[in-house]
Amino acid sequence: MTVQPEWPLYEIFVRGKRGLNHVHVGSLHAADDEMALRHARDVYTRRNEGVSIWAVRADLIVASSPDEKDPLFAPAGDKVYRHPTFYAIPDDVPHM
Amino acid sequence: MTATANADREADFERTIEHHDRIEPRDWMPEKYRATVIRQVAQHAHSEIIGMQPEGNWITRAPSLRRKAILLAKVQDEAGHGLYLYSACETLGVSRGELTDKLISGKQKYSSIFNYPTLSYADVGTIGWLVDGAAICNQVPLCRTSYGPYGRAMIRVCKEESFHQRQGYELLMTMMSGTDEQRAMVQESVDRFWWPALMMFGPPDADSPNTAQSMAWGIKRDTNDDLRQKFVDMSVPQAEALGVTLPDPELAWNEERGHHDFGQPDWDEFAAVVSGSGPCNAQRIAHRKRAHDEGAWVREAALAFAAKGTDL
Amino acid sequence: MDSHDLDLDHDSVYDGLLGGDASQWAFGTDFEDPLAGVDTTIPAGVDGAVLAAYCLMLGDDALVYAHRLSEWTSNAPDLEDDIALANISLDLLGQARLLLARAAAADPSVVPVLPDGSPVPPEDALAFFRDESAFRNVRYVEAPNGDFGVTIARLLLFSTHRLALLQRLAASVDPVLAAIAAKGVKEVTYHRDYAGRWFVTLARGTEESRRRLVAGLATVWPMYAELTRCSDVEARAAEQAFGVDPATVGDEVDAVVEHVLATAGIERPDVPASGTGPLGRTGRHSEAMGRLLAEMQVVARAHPLGKW
Repeated sequence: MTVQPEWPLYEIFVRGKRGLNHVHVGSLHAADDEMALRHARDVYTRRNEGVSIWAVRADLIVASSPDEKDPLFAPAGDKVYRHPTFYAIPDDVPHM
Repeated sequence: MTATANADREADFERTIEHHDRIEPRDWMPEKYRATVIRQVAQHAHSEIIGMQPEGNWITRAPSLRRKAILLAKVQDEAGHGLYLYSACETLGVSRGELTDKLISGKQKYSSIFNYPTLSYADVGTIGWLVDGAAICNQVPLCRTSYGPYGRAMIRVCKEESFHQRQGYELLMTMMSGTDEQRAMVQESVDRFWWPALMMFGPPDADSPNTAQSMAWGIKRDTNDDLRQKFVDMSVPQAEALGVTLPDPELAWNEERGHHDFGQPDWDEFAAVVSGSGPCNAQRIAHRKRAHDEGAWVREAALAFAAKGTDL
Repeated sequence: MDSHDLDLDHDSVYDGLLGGDASQWAFGTDFEDPLAGVDTTIPAGVDGAVLAAYCLMLGDDALVYAHRLSEWTSNAPDLEDDIALANISLDLLGQARLLLARAAAADPSVVPVLPDGSPVPPEDALAFFRDESAFRNVRYVEAPNGDFGVTIARLLLFSTHRLALLQRLAASVDPVLAAIAAKGVKEVTYHRDYAGRWFVTLARGTEESRRRLVAGLATVWPMYAELTRCSDVEARAAEQAFGVDPATVGDEVDAVVEHVLATAGIERPDVPASGTGPLGRTGRHSEAMGRLLAEMQVVARAHPLGKW
């Protein structure tokens, strides 16, 4: 199986109405920033839910570890690619 | 990593589950938990995407402009639900492309209900009433599922889904107030979808191998049989109000249990549909594969364009 | 806080979604009633029959094109674009409903006569019980979608033209048409933006996407000319100051298209126009139209007394 390149993941934040914070509503894929905003409009504000949208590339977000009290595991925490399921293995390879 | 550290992490995880707290993407979790969440969420996402087809089948033939708009918006919502759920899956390090490959190659399943054909416009209403109704029974508890991103996606899905059920029921009510032919269409459609809707809750608990572990982990919150009972109890008065009969001679109120007794769906048929020989299995997957393959050049073009970094 | 309540006090922008009113299902993405407070009487100096005929043209364009775009549902290149194309289709469907309803109000004789006791409202009688020769849309919107390249090329020219038209119609002496146009301007601005960006993306993406886009543009170009040909009805609508002669927006549309073509690095196709005269506007359609209507009307026509 070949893994085809995909549009990067964006996290979407919507301000529901004036005076409120932007709130994380979900994510989507887009080839670039502009497309991310347009997709966010279509996907997350179809029912007039928002007055303002932020779109942030998921891989640009700096995040704390869920487990700061235990620095031993922290470096691994934010890297999904260190997890085995991140790698597509051909299904006919046994015992992976 | 030492055995003690492993045991500590596992204990932390179990404690979080026990307290009904949420597991978040970057928490440590047992490999089996991760695999189970991915399997369940992916199956759910695939169901939304495949579920666009049976109803989408009627968009161009909707008999009024209002119904056309409602149906188009509804099928569009299903694309949205699939998208939210794929995103929840992606927090576990598996990409949408991989999940789509697994759907198309048959390695991951979707709800067997969508392997039944839609043969009249009444099916749009019946799917809203019974299929979305059954889905809501299944899904509302999932808003409290232990995996955070899944639960949050489900909150949005459930809010939109309740509209779907109402539009379906309202369509059937309107049709029942129309002509004799329309009433016959509704009854015929309910006859076809009642049993497959009951199957949506999965096999009886005794034959459901994954239920116990999924419940212990808080991924699943109720057993198949409990949810099925709840759905039957809910649907009976709705059918009465609508003026249709449900095609089950064993259906009767049981005073002692405080629930309806009801017959068992044909579980052999269920097994056959799940294993690929339902009326529309091949058609649904072929449709998805064609759309995905035909879109490849577009997705590649957008990536190539973005890589050039040109601003418009 | 009890963790069981987490979902209940979720700080969501979607809270209250259930309280919305049902019209949001029926009017595309804009849920406000565009005709709230608008005087619906036919203004002095406006011939009701001409107004109706004109509204049918704009309404049928929107209806038939919405039908085609809705065919993309579950077939788009990715989920995000499936949703976007459905939004565009819903917007046009909303415009069609308002325009057909206006046509019926301006001249009830355009509405097909149904059996006594039929509950079918005028907008649906017009959409589902008119014969092909009574439809007034341009042939441009009837053609099958083709691939995504054809679709984007068609949408770019259509939305550029319609936006220019609606912008002028917002000043129509018919207050209803003006209100419908004002609503439509917001929607079609987005459609044009969507098409324009994809047009440039495909043009400058891969060799394959460029090849398909160029082919798509050549496919839609011959029928595009029909959009700018002025029919008798449009000429009279312009005289009576409630409508627009489509030829008068030609230059403006041309300039926008030229700009997009230049940005995309694509040349204007050198292909001849298809047919002469305002064919679709006089009820002379392409072969695709009969099949499209057969599909669209089949359920409604089988139940002329049906309630939906």
